[in-house]
Amino acid sequence: MPDATETQQSSPLTGQPSETSPAGQPEREFTVPERSQTQMILRRFLQHKLAVASLFVLLGVVLVAFVGGALWKYSYVDITADESVPPSWEHPFGTDAVGHDSFAQVLRGTQLSLGVAVLVALFSTIVGTVWGSIAGYYRGWLDTVMMRIADLVLTLPLLAVAAVLGHNVGGSWWLIAVVIAGLYWAYVARVARGVVLSLREKEFIEASKALGASDMRIILRHLVPNSLGAVIVNATILVAIAILIETALSFLGFGVQPPDTSLGLLVSNAQTAVSTRPWLFYFPGLFIIIIALTINFIGDGLRDAFDPKQTKVRE
Amino acid sequence: MLEVDDLHVEFPTDDGLVRAVRGVSFGLRRGEVLGIVGESGSGKSVTSMAVMGLLPDTARVSGAIRYDGKNLVGASDKEMSTVRGKRISMVFQDPMTSLNPVYPIGYQIAEAILAHENIRKDAAMKRAVELLEVVHIPNPEERAKAYPHELSGGMRQRIVIAIAMANRPDIIIADEPTTALDVTVQAQILEALANAQAETGAAMMLITHDLGVIAGQADRVQVMYAGKVVEAGTAEEVFYRPRMPYTLGLLGSLPRLDVRSERLTPISGSPPSAVNMPPGCPFSPRCPMAAPECDVEEPPLEQGMTATHFAACYFSADVEGHTPDEIFRSTEAADAASGSSAREGSR
Amino acid sequence: MLAYALRRVLLSVPILIASTFVVFVITALSKSPISDLRAKNPPPPERTIELERQRLNLDQPLLERYWNWLLGLFRGDFGPSVQSRMDIGAEVVDRFIVTFRLIGLAMLVALVLAIIVGVISAVKQYSGVDYTSTFLGFLFLSLPSFWFAILLKQAGISFNNAVGEQVLFTIGDSSVYVTGGTWAEFTDALGHMVLPTISLALLSFAAWSRFQRASMLEVLNSDYVRLARAKGLRRGTVMRKHALRTALIPLTTVTALDLGAIISGAVVTEKVFQWQGAGTFLLDAIERSDVYAVQAWLLVSATFIILFNLAADLLYGVLDPRIRYA
Repeated sequence: MPDATETQQSSPLTGQPSETSPAGQPEREFTVPERSQTQMILRRFLQHKLAVASLFVLLGVVLVAFVGGALWKYSYVDITADESVPPSWEHPFGTDAVGHDSFAQVLRGTQLSLGVAVLVALFSTIVGTVWGSIAGYYRGWLDTVMMRIADLVLTLPLLAVAAVLGHNVGGSWWLIAVVIAGLYWAYVARVARGVVLSLREKEFIEASKALGASDMRIILRHLVPNSLGAVIVNATILVAIAILIETALSFLGFGVQPPDTSLGLLVSNAQTAVSTRPWLFYFPGLFIIIIALTINFIGDGLRDAFDPKQTKVRE
Repeated sequence: MLEVDDLHVEFPTDDGLVRAVRGVSFGLRRGEVLGIVGESGSGKSVTSMAVMGLLPDTARVSGAIRYDGKNLVGASDKEMSTVRGKRISMVFQDPMTSLNPVYPIGYQIAEAILAHENIRKDAAMKRAVELLEVVHIPNPEERAKAYPHELSGGMRQRIVIAIAMANRPDIIIADEPTTALDVTVQAQILEALANAQAETGAAMMLITHDLGVIAGQADRVQVMYAGKVVEAGTAEEVFYRPRMPYTLGLLGSLPRLDVRSERLTPISGSPPSAVNMPPGCPFSPRCPMAAPECDVEEPPLEQGMTATHFAACYFSADVEGHTPDEIFRSTEAADAASGSSAREGSR
Repeated sequence: MLAYALRRVLLSVPILIASTFVVFVITALSKSPISDLRAKNPPPPERTIELERQRLNLDQPLLERYWNWLLGLFRGDFGPSVQSRMDIGAEVVDRFIVTFRLIGLAMLVALVLAIIVGVISAVKQYSGVDYTSTFLGFLFLSLPSFWFAILLKQAGISFNNAVGEQVLFTIGDSSVYVTGGTWAEFTDALGHMVLPTISLALLSFAAWSRFQRASMLEVLNSDYVRLARAKGLRRGTVMRKHALRTALIPLTTVTALDLGAIISGAVVTEKVFQWQGAGTFLLDAIERSDVYAVQAWLLVSATFIILFNLAADLLYGVLDPRIRYA
């Protein structure tokens, strides 16, 4: 956006400067109306129809899981008299062989799976971003040591290690989140370091350095706001990845433990019942897909909103 | 030889239709150097890409680009590839990204020759080495095997020039050939371009935002603003008797050794966006001479005192003969007065 | 190039050594077999527990235990298993051979398809093909692999029923008893591999095709592709020699980085299709708190990933001269 000083103009006859509006807008509107950064991002996000639709669907799922789960007449531990009945008004998602209401179980599973995923995204984003930014900003030996450590974590198959450690945490959902985040932060650190490395080469950083700004000021005023977009986009997509990791871990039997349940555990229990009681298998799977898919679309919309470069046309 | 007639180029984008070029016409004669000047966004690069037929598929092109009587607008890839690199070749702005990083430079020059001539690969490589010598690359034999990242920006631009002259083209289009380079290297590259032109006898379109680059080189100059030609004439006419306030403004923002002036005269503001262009002269918001009629209808490009001099301004007669200082002085004073308060307001 | 290669190789040695320590720490953090023993009902006598602790070297201080394990590795000894009969080293190698067959084929399939689809959707950006492949990419990336694998298994059963013959196998990595010579053995193995390969390849395919599309788009918009066109090279030639050649390079790194995820995916796939591979070996070992078996598994896969990354680095050097001389 042109600076207010650049949009100054003078009236032709008097040679006097024309009045400028308080916002520093030139009198005659010539370009597309100026918008604030946030408005631009919001507008671009809203243009991504799939992302907006996904946002509504996801909000719906979250609402159903947390509010609906509390209001629903059955709890996930309730054992009803109906065993292995297909979906009906009484049991929208049917029941399992013991008589659990599958709808209540799917809602409970969604709560836990979402909870774990959001925690994982939060933890690993915070740790990874701080870790990667410090490494990328200070570079030198600190960078080498820190990134070698991250690389070491990356040389391990995440799900397998999470299974090894998950076996020891005894199914506590937030400990499972800590285990996954404890492995996933290294990926985030890599991305964050890349962003910071490219930013610190930018002229405006060099300029503020030349002006004698302190490291703290540069980090807070320039690096953080400029990398925020990339961090938010990554954290969003991370929720989708984390939900797939958690459900896979629970599927293998090393995540959430019965009597509590997760979407992965529900699928695992329904493995042998795909043809006989398909509702037990399809509903939890569908929920995982809907959650992961909508989050991925939202992430895509955010990416477009924060980084409009792809849609720009050359001169 | 080359004739551009009423060229329009539009790009559909999310924000609306971008009208990058809006009715540009000009001709290029054999062996002459045509300078095209304008700020970024004025449509000068899009014009050159249209001539090469290298606009993205989304671009909508209308009008005619005639080369040797053939219309290049809408020509097939097959037809265009016999023109590109052979008859018309191009030097791009950024030598750091113009060469493919994974191939040796000798190969990349030879490739241009092999695209148009049916000769053996080693013969083409030999020609490539000769071309490196022509553009003054030391140790050409050895350098031919080097990769682009091993060379400096100036060297790389010489390679690009060597590629451009490889097939002795009729026209060389140089799009901001010196912009990305250090000032000290710029003169060398301009010299290399002049050399290339002399060597091949080609005509040249020298596109730049910097009048200084064109000063010693161009026979004719054409100034572009917001997708249109706003002034055209011989170098002499445009430099010494400009008839459009914008040209005058460009001249005023250039440091000169031959005229005593205490300071440079900047043009305030920035070019309009190419979307939602209102009627009237696109320069009027920045123009110190703008009058109400300027906002009603866009002034046409009209002939001036001589048959070669054209300008698109209702007041071109008033402009001629004035110095930039005289016309733009008032704006600058106004800027200085209101600048500080406006700056505070924007923080 | 030689200096580059040498430096890379030397660099991976300390990483390998460090990874043995990380692997050791992870298993030290995992569930101890002694606590499993204690939890037994009725609990075994304290004496038995103590003997088991000594047999598994769990009475030693942590660093000493690490050192002894490391020394053992050089003799080809991966440590004692909780199942006293099992030779961990021999078993883990056997199991990984089975798994590598699956991983190798899945990666190859995913890579080839990803390149084709990625390049086509980049070249035909915003076309129907592009939108379709983009949507499918998103869908596959959001698909829980275990769920999809079970679905595939079900589809395989339906397919066999429809054909009236066992063409696709849904259980195990090979039949126990095959008659009819090498050809029969080959088709039998293939029949067992089809479904697991599809299920394992899908996720990587989705991620890689997205990546390849982005990489190709970037190159297509680059100045050097424009210059190549300006030279008068035909569109096809430019695509092949300039765009594709350069756009493929970054994929080597991504492929190598994703190997860990693929090994993880193989664990899930093997569980669903009940393969006797490394994945189920790991799951059994975790279930039994077989620390040295888990440790051996982690070590082998970490080593494999490090070596694969080294190979990718070297390949990158061959393909991209900028890296070679840096």
